[in-house]
Amino acid sequence: MNDMRLTQRTDVSQTKIAAQHVDVHYGTTHAIKDVSVEIGDRLVTAFIGPSGCGKSTFLRCLNRMNDTVASARVTGRITLDGEDIYAPSVDPVQLRARVGMVFQKPNPFPKSIYENVAYGPKIHGLARNRAELDGIVERSLRRAALWEEVKDRLQAPGTGLSGGQQQRLCIARAIATEPEVLLMDEPCSALDPIATAQVEELIDELRQTYAVIIVTHSMQQAARVSQRTAFFHLGHLVEYGETGQIFTNPRDPRTESYISGRIG
Amino acid sequence: MADTPLYGADSPAGSVIDRIRPGLAARRRKELRLKIYGLVAMGIAFGMLALLIGSLVFTGWRAFTQTHVTLDVFLDPAEIRAETLPRGGFDSVLEASLLQYFPEATERAERREVMGILSNGAQFILRDRVVADPSLIGQTIRVTVPTSDSYDQLRKGLIDRETPERLRRLNDAQVERFDRLEAAGVVSQPLNWALLRNADSRFPELAGLRGALVGSFWLLLICFLISFPLGIAAAIYLEEFAPKNRVSDLIEVNINNLAAVPSVVFGLLGLAVFINWFGMPRSAPIVGGMVLALMTLPTIIIATRAALKAVPPSIREAALGVGASRQQVVFGHVLPLAMPGILTGTIIGLAQALGETAPLLLIGMNAFITSAPDGPFQAATALPTQIFIWADSPERGFVSRTSAAILVLLSFLIAMNALAIFLRQRFQRTW
Ligand SMILES: Nc1ncnc2c1ncn2[C@@H]1O[C@H](COP(=O)(O)OP(=O)(O)OP(=O)(O)O)[C@@H](O)[C@H]1O
Ligand SMILES: [Mg+2]
Repeated sequence: MNDMRLTQRTDVSQTKIAAQHVDVHYGTTHAIKDVSVEIGDRLVTAFIGPSGCGKSTFLRCLNRMNDTVASARVTGRITLDGEDIYAPSVDPVQLRARVGMVFQKPNPFPKSIYENVAYGPKIHGLARNRAELDGIVERSLRRAALWEEVKDRLQAPGTGLSGGQQQRLCIARAIATEPEVLLMDEPCSALDPIATAQVEELIDELRQTYAVIIVTHSMQQAARVSQRTAFFHLGHLVEYGETGQIFTNPRDPRTESYISGRIG
Repeated sequence: MADTPLYGADSPAGSVIDRIRPGLAARRRKELRLKIYGLVAMGIAFGMLALLIGSLVFTGWRAFTQTHVTLDVFLDPAEIRAETLPRGGFDSVLEASLLQYFPEATERAERREVMGILSNGAQFILRDRVVADPSLIGQTIRVTVPTSDSYDQLRKGLIDRETPERLRRLNDAQVERFDRLEAAGVVSQPLNWALLRNADSRFPELAGLRGALVGSFWLLLICFLISFPLGIAAAIYLEEFAPKNRVSDLIEVNINNLAAVPSVVFGLLGLAVFINWFGMPRSAPIVGGMVLALMTLPTIIIATRAALKAVPPSIREAALGVGASRQQVVFGHVLPLAMPGILTGTIIGLAQALGETAPLLLIGMNAFITSAPDGPFQAATALPTQIFIWADSPERGFVSRTSAAILVLLSFLIAMNALAIFLRQRFQRTW
């Protein structure tokens, strides 16, 4: 698209994920239209845009979750550390261990809180023994700001938690495998301001080691936690750049009107 | 937008309520009518059921007790010898014991008539006791043996003493003799355990369901062992792994068709393929179980697929999202969550199989077999075919036994369905 302008980057950050001319179709619906973007490592990138513009769809391309949707067709090239993730040699299982995901709707397993967090490390064989696994579970729950609330009932079912607690449980589950990239689809939509602040703190901390992509409907949140912001509209990536620049000095009139609350 | 009211811009406020109100009474009447239709339908259904069970209980309850005579029998060593044990001698000692009550019966014909009070099987009951403990020979032992069917009917009031003698199955002398036994206090009518303990017999007072129960057990076991793993495997493949294309659509349609094929056709198939072609034994539960498995398979596949579909996709996504393989997703998450539904479907399928008659008739499981099978390769009957055999028998005693057998079959079916409901309630999840 000619209206897609990549900003000249001021900070030096390696590219973790690069997408080139990505299109996604759901049957006849053209959900993502020729999106090219470079996601920096050790940065938080926010995806913003009105409902239905394709944020979740694009996010799900980055760990090949769209493979599970029969009608979805993804074209274009997406690389992780320079390697094409849609290449036949790439195992989606391994990819998803490297690129973790927190879904828009909290979806804990109907198992115990402990089992929820321990599941990823278990299936990938990351813990050598029970004590190590216990440690991983505790650290993950602490980072997800849930430990204090659940430490006495780790064997209680994860589905018995409140909506916000469930979402933090899903965050703990996603970070328990130490992914290199964490995709978060509106992780705070069910959280109260205190939990939101905790999750934002977590995101900031994760940035030290990972690349984080967060979809959000809250402009304030995007401004608070992200260094880069991408604005999607009707399947197009309209504008992508430094968060500060996007919010203070957007180049595209659509970005401007969305941020100021006129589209959406 | 400066909104104008959608309704009655020209009429005063409250117009929405004014428009709704006149229709309310009609809506409520409609609802009431629907409720009444529902209640009537339920009433009819339950009435039918009550009628069925009621008539079965009415004719069948008498078969749950059996008239017996208790005798002190002297096991005369002159009549019974160890070397002739499996055979004769037992009728003579029984006769000697019974004749004590009828000293006047000296004629051979009369003595035969007296012996007619006891079931033909009485001597075998006595024999089995002696075979089990040969040291009894020479002693006097007390045995309780069933009477023959006519006297059983007499005591249960099914033979009316008021009917003229020539229209009655027992003449006046026979009735009078039985009354004397009764007066002597040796006649009793205990619970009829033989109904469950004995296999089939020509004599109604000896006939029981043991052979049919064991036969049905083997049938269901084989049916389950074949159809459960195959059904689940097929359903998992179709639901989770098969590409969605023309071929899988065709398979889906055909599985649904298979579920609708009349059972008699499966019986013919079993006869043609398993017995005539593979040369498997006739009347054997192994063949019956395989035929029933073919019938149950589509039921289990359909139930399993429905249960797998009912697992919310978010659970699959969650597992895939942390890097589980498809196999791990299915066996670690989806299948456990679907298990209650699968088990419910399986039990309902097995309950259907338990009551299935036509295919078993075709493969010869309605043979007259007087012992319970030792394994799935021996000829046997099953509960429904036993009912079929008894319903077809002319002896009066089989009438109540048929109803009793139906009640036994129904109680198994009800127990299985109750188990299915219990499983569904117990493991039902909400997401
Ligand atoms: N599984 C699907 N099948 C068909 N169409 C889909 C599917 N998922 C999404 N779409 C369509 O793709 C478009 C983008 O959807 P997407 O979920 O990516 O939006 P979104 O930006 O995440 O919206 P929101 O902010 O409401 O979550 C929408 O028009 C939607 O209808
Ligand atoms: Mg979304």
